[in-house]
Amino acid sequence: MTSTATAPPETAPAPEPTAPARPARRHTPAWLVLPSLVLLVAALGYPVGWQVVTSFQHFGMMQQFGQPPEWVGLANYASLVTDPELWVIVGRSIAFCLVCALSTVAIGLGLALLMGAVSRAGRLVLQVALLLAWAMPVVASMTVWTWIVNWRNGLLNWALERVGVDAQGHNWLVEPLSFLVVAAVIVVWMSVPFVALSIYAGLTQLSPEVLEAAEIDGAGGWKRLRHIILPLVAPVISIVLLLQLIWDLRVFTQIKLLQDAGGVANETHLLGTYIYQLGTGAGDFGMASAVSILMLLLTVAVSWYYVRSLMKEES
Amino acid sequence: MTRILGPVSSRRSIRGSRRRSVLTVVAVLLALVWAFPVYWMINSAFLDKVTLQSSTPTFLPFGGSFDNFATVFGDAGFVRALGISLAVTLVTVAAAIVIAFLGALAISRFRFRGRRSFILALLLIQMLPAEGLFIAQYKMMSSVGLLNNVLGLALLYTAAVVPFTVWMLRGFVAGVPVELEEAAMVDGLSRTKAFLRITFPLLAPGLVASGVYAFLQAWNEFTVALVVMTEEQSRTLPLWLRGFVQASATRETDWGQVMAASTVVAVPVIIFFLVVQGRMSNGLVGGAVKG
Repeated sequence: MTSTATAPPETAPAPEPTAPARPARRHTPAWLVLPSLVLLVAALGYPVGWQVVTSFQHFGMMQQFGQPPEWVGLANYASLVTDPELWVIVGRSIAFCLVCALSTVAIGLGLALLMGAVSRAGRLVLQVALLLAWAMPVVASMTVWTWIVNWRNGLLNWALERVGVDAQGHNWLVEPLSFLVVAAVIVVWMSVPFVALSIYAGLTQLSPEVLEAAEIDGAGGWKRLRHIILPLVAPVISIVLLLQLIWDLRVFTQIKLLQDAGGVANETHLLGTYIYQLGTGAGDFGMASAVSILMLLLTVAVSWYYVRSLMKEES
Repeated sequence: MTRILGPVSSRRSIRGSRRRSVLTVVAVLLALVWAFPVYWMINSAFLDKVTLQSSTPTFLPFGGSFDNFATVFGDAGFVRALGISLAVTLVTVAAAIVIAFLGALAISRFRFRGRRSFILALLLIQMLPAEGLFIAQYKMMSSVGLLNNVLGLALLYTAAVVPFTVWMLRGFVAGVPVELEEAAMVDGLSRTKAFLRITFPLLAPGLVASGVYAFLQAWNEFTVALVVMTEEQSRTLPLWLRGFVQASATRETDWGQVMAASTVVAVPVIIFFLVVQGRMSNGLVGGAVKG
């Protein structure tokens, strides 16, 4: 737990590789990189290419049985752009992603600060609890949560009854809105541990001297938080926020398994489940590819700034 | 340990310590929120169907039994899925470590044309959502006859973990000074021997960390497996668990059995994860922040 977000194992700067001693070694890096390249091109590059090509084709059930696909140019994209259902799903995905990512980071930051403020024992208890939740395989977590929110004899409805809400027999997964709220709660529950522990690791890197100096200068807790602590952990916060945005945009398993558990699929689709349903469900691979490309573009747009700043460091 | 928000000096220690105990209580309550579902899974796994169907929940597994676990272990599908998950995971871990190690060596020890593009590609791929690719991966696997094939799934998993493991290992490789190796070469070892005897042992922690990362990814993965392992005989553990839940739902879900199944899938991962997580999160954010 003393691991740090700001001081990675790589303490020494990458040594400037010396010029090759013998000409024979000129090809060494090529051989070293070759396996990764072959693998990535085969398993990821080819699918991306296929997807781009297919998104310009009509590729439906007939093509499944061997008919050559038919080029339709931008027709798939045109029908996407004019399809109100898709825009509803895109909007829903983005809203879901923003709500989950922002609440995850806010709660994670809160927990990290709390860990910094409590006694050693309190901190340990909280850390262990977060680690437990973090370690749960996603399918197992989803199964427990569907048991907790189960309408017949789940714990949630029982607890709500206790505090006077008439929730007996209420099925939270039938209404699209409450379905998405349940999904968001679960996603946030799953993602908070990573965020909280990363930010806390960043906090432990702050030097006590700086904090003490600030206190001697008369900065109270709130002022110290705003002017010293937050700016110093800002790099960690921005990276975890970015990762959360990417992860929450692509959320699939949670939605799929909640839909299994009795949710109404058509009104609860996010991008991931929509693509799955278009492709493996309806067999319309052309449209599924076009939506996938849209999703990839959204992801690249979100991460572009970060990748650029990393590459600047690299050169 | 640094106290971050509490008063640093002892000036206001009495007010501070009271505030600290209040906050500690809050922390413990929040800890319950995060630990509870895990507890609830294990608790319910010991209880029988009648107990779980009653209108009041049972919070402690008194009077529980291992019957549910016996049912799970007796499920033929479970044993088969366990075997498939083990095979896929082992192939993924082995392949990912070897391939990523070579790649990390290249980018941290050599400057070469295309190095920057290679790194950029790694970063971008790390951002690619599998959910945006699975349709194409499905078509690809079916066209080369690798649907429902352990090696096919392992190939996709390896490709998914290699970018991050290269990234993580690169930090470890760069941490071993070239001078050490050169000194050994001056002392008469060949370059290969110097590497094997000096550098390699120093990299062991990095290799373990990447191996564990690959293990957790391959063991827990659901989406890609759902798409390419279409037959019941080739289900991995997460797919089997989903199938088990669905099968149970057709005859009024036996939550005790379902929770026992989840527990069996989750507990090994939780233990493994707790043992190594310090290293993992280090690599995860470390690699990402520092670059």
